[in-house]
Amino acid sequence: MLLVFDWTQLAQQTVIGLANGGVWATLAVALVLIYRSTGVVNFAQGEMAMFATFIAWSLVHHGLSYWGAFFLTIAISFAGGVALERAVIRPVERAPVLTVVIVTIGLFFVVNGAARWIWTPETRSLPNAFSTRPIDIAGVAFSIQDLGTIGVSLAAVALLWLFFRFTKLGLASRAAAVNRDASRLVGVRVSWMLALGWGLAAALGGVSGMLTAPALASFDQNFMQPVLLYAFAGAVLGGLESPFGAVVGSMLLGVLVNLIGTYVDWVGTELRLPVALAVILGVLLVKPSGLWGRAAVSRV
Amino acid sequence: MRRRSLGIALWLLIAAAVLAVYAFAPRFVSDFHSRDLARAGVFFIAIVGLNLLTGYTGQISLGHGALMAVGGYTTAALVVHEHWRDVWTIPLAGVAAGIVGFLIGLPALRLSGLYLALATFAFAVAMPSLLRKFSGLTGGGEGLRLLEQAPLQVTGLGGTVTVFGHSMTQNHFLYYLTWGIGLIGFLVAWLIVRGRFGRTFRAVRDSEVAAASVGIGLARTKTLAFALSGVYAGVAGSLLAIQDEIVNPLTFTFLLSILILVGAVVGGLGSLPGMVLGALFVQYLPDLSTRVSSAQGVPDLVYGLAIILVMILLPTGAGGLLKRLARPLTTRLYLRP
Repeated sequence: MLLVFDWTQLAQQTVIGLANGGVWATLAVALVLIYRSTGVVNFAQGEMAMFATFIAWSLVHHGLSYWGAFFLTIAISFAGGVALERAVIRPVERAPVLTVVIVTIGLFFVVNGAARWIWTPETRSLPNAFSTRPIDIAGVAFSIQDLGTIGVSLAAVALLWLFFRFTKLGLASRAAAVNRDASRLVGVRVSWMLALGWGLAAALGGVSGMLTAPALASFDQNFMQPVLLYAFAGAVLGGLESPFGAVVGSMLLGVLVNLIGTYVDWVGTELRLPVALAVILGVLLVKPSGLWGRAAVSRV
Repeated sequence: MRRRSLGIALWLLIAAAVLAVYAFAPRFVSDFHSRDLARAGVFFIAIVGLNLLTGYTGQISLGHGALMAVGGYTTAALVVHEHWRDVWTIPLAGVAAGIVGFLIGLPALRLSGLYLALATFAFAVAMPSLLRKFSGLTGGGEGLRLLEQAPLQVTGLGGTVTVFGHSMTQNHFLYYLTWGIGLIGFLVAWLIVRGRFGRTFRAVRDSEVAAASVGIGLARTKTLAFALSGVYAGVAGSLLAIQDEIVNPLTFTFLLSILILVGAVVGGLGSLPGMVLGALFVQYLPDLSTRVSSAQGVPDLVYGLAIILVMILLPTGAGGLLKRLARPLTTRLYLRP
């Protein structure tokens, strides 16, 4: 039997994987931002993104265009993230790490409950941000939506990188993440830098939520939970310390999950995530701090 | 010398009080509510197990719900497929989950912190899918229904159970069974924590390098803690299966792992008595928040706010508070004059 391998399908599935991975990457970078500054995985990150998406839905519902709502929501999310940090994280700033983790789990329930209270739990849909017309590149039909999603997520992450690399505020917040006490000595307001980190993470999460929702036929208050799982896995794969790693890790994961789901029949849709996690675990056993993470060095 | 005997007297008093509460608690609540108490006992056992691992050995696990699934499904499969009497499957469920706990502890030899959390998290997330996939043994999405598929093996089917000549309702039986095992588990955990193993556990938690340099085998200690913790989770899962008389993949989602972690931190990591409060918190808070208002989403909102508030007020959990309250007493007892 002659085995015909369909390169077109491979290319298309890879791009779909990259688009999924790109969305996860924005949320993964949000996780990394908070992890770098506080050493905590924010379990509420996905729900915060969901909340932002519902705000965007309300704005669109009241007559704004998708992109108008998009940018307005990012601003609102940023403010919301800062406010949340001030309200619930600051009181436990000096508590053990796991205590802060549990607070973010509490926040998960609060945000999810609030969203179901405000917006009743019927399913909704957001208009497509991009044209659904396919585009032809070298004989392969790609969807503009997938390419646009990849572009927007990468642009958001790149903007953030520019901010951290080239602004004084970005430098200060990087310093606060590396060494709190030394930063405080040179006049950085460390506590506010944490709030800034939460604001940026919330804004970035909002981007990922608003990119995820239109791709789904409809969404409800739980639609970001699987995304959070993938983003966490992607961030760990890349190394929790590194935003760059989180982007590459998530995109690799996106492609991996999609190709496994497509080509290995036994895996199907049911076992996609478990298989992907097993692969990550394999990678971690070889590189225990992720692909781009720093090995933890501690003085005894 | 007098102080020492005073200390022993105090411990005996506490033990007697605990036993009295255990024996008489069902008299003060309705038959229906003793089932809720039994459910709290399940959480208690799992949380004590997690505390041994996370609180004393410093290894984070987001996968205890899945270890409970191993225990619960071992019990259900033995009852339904092999026609074992349900209560006799408990030890085997503990052993099975202990072995699985040992296996998921193996990555802990390479990974630490959140990277280890991912390994256990992967296990927890994969569990429901795996249970659905291998439906021959597990009944797939339907799960295994003990009451319908093997009614003769379910204890207390006729409504009453007779133990040592005492006849009691099924709900009371479940309460006494769960909390009886819980108390034994607690005692064992307490002995472990006080003894040699407890010291090596804490040494590993506080500094791996220092522990290794005084000759503690890190690999052995960590995998032992994981296996031990797995036994507790397995027993808890088995009791859950016996109480519910049904297991299915939805019982053992990632949320269950999260709830156990919440219970352990609220109870206070590194404190055993606090675990009772952690278990009661996890069991009763959802009901209480539904009472505030049953409007869509509000119970979750209240539930989350309560978790946050408790953590802000008691950053080291209820156990931290208990320690602080008991300090004037214990220092006076144990301090040399």
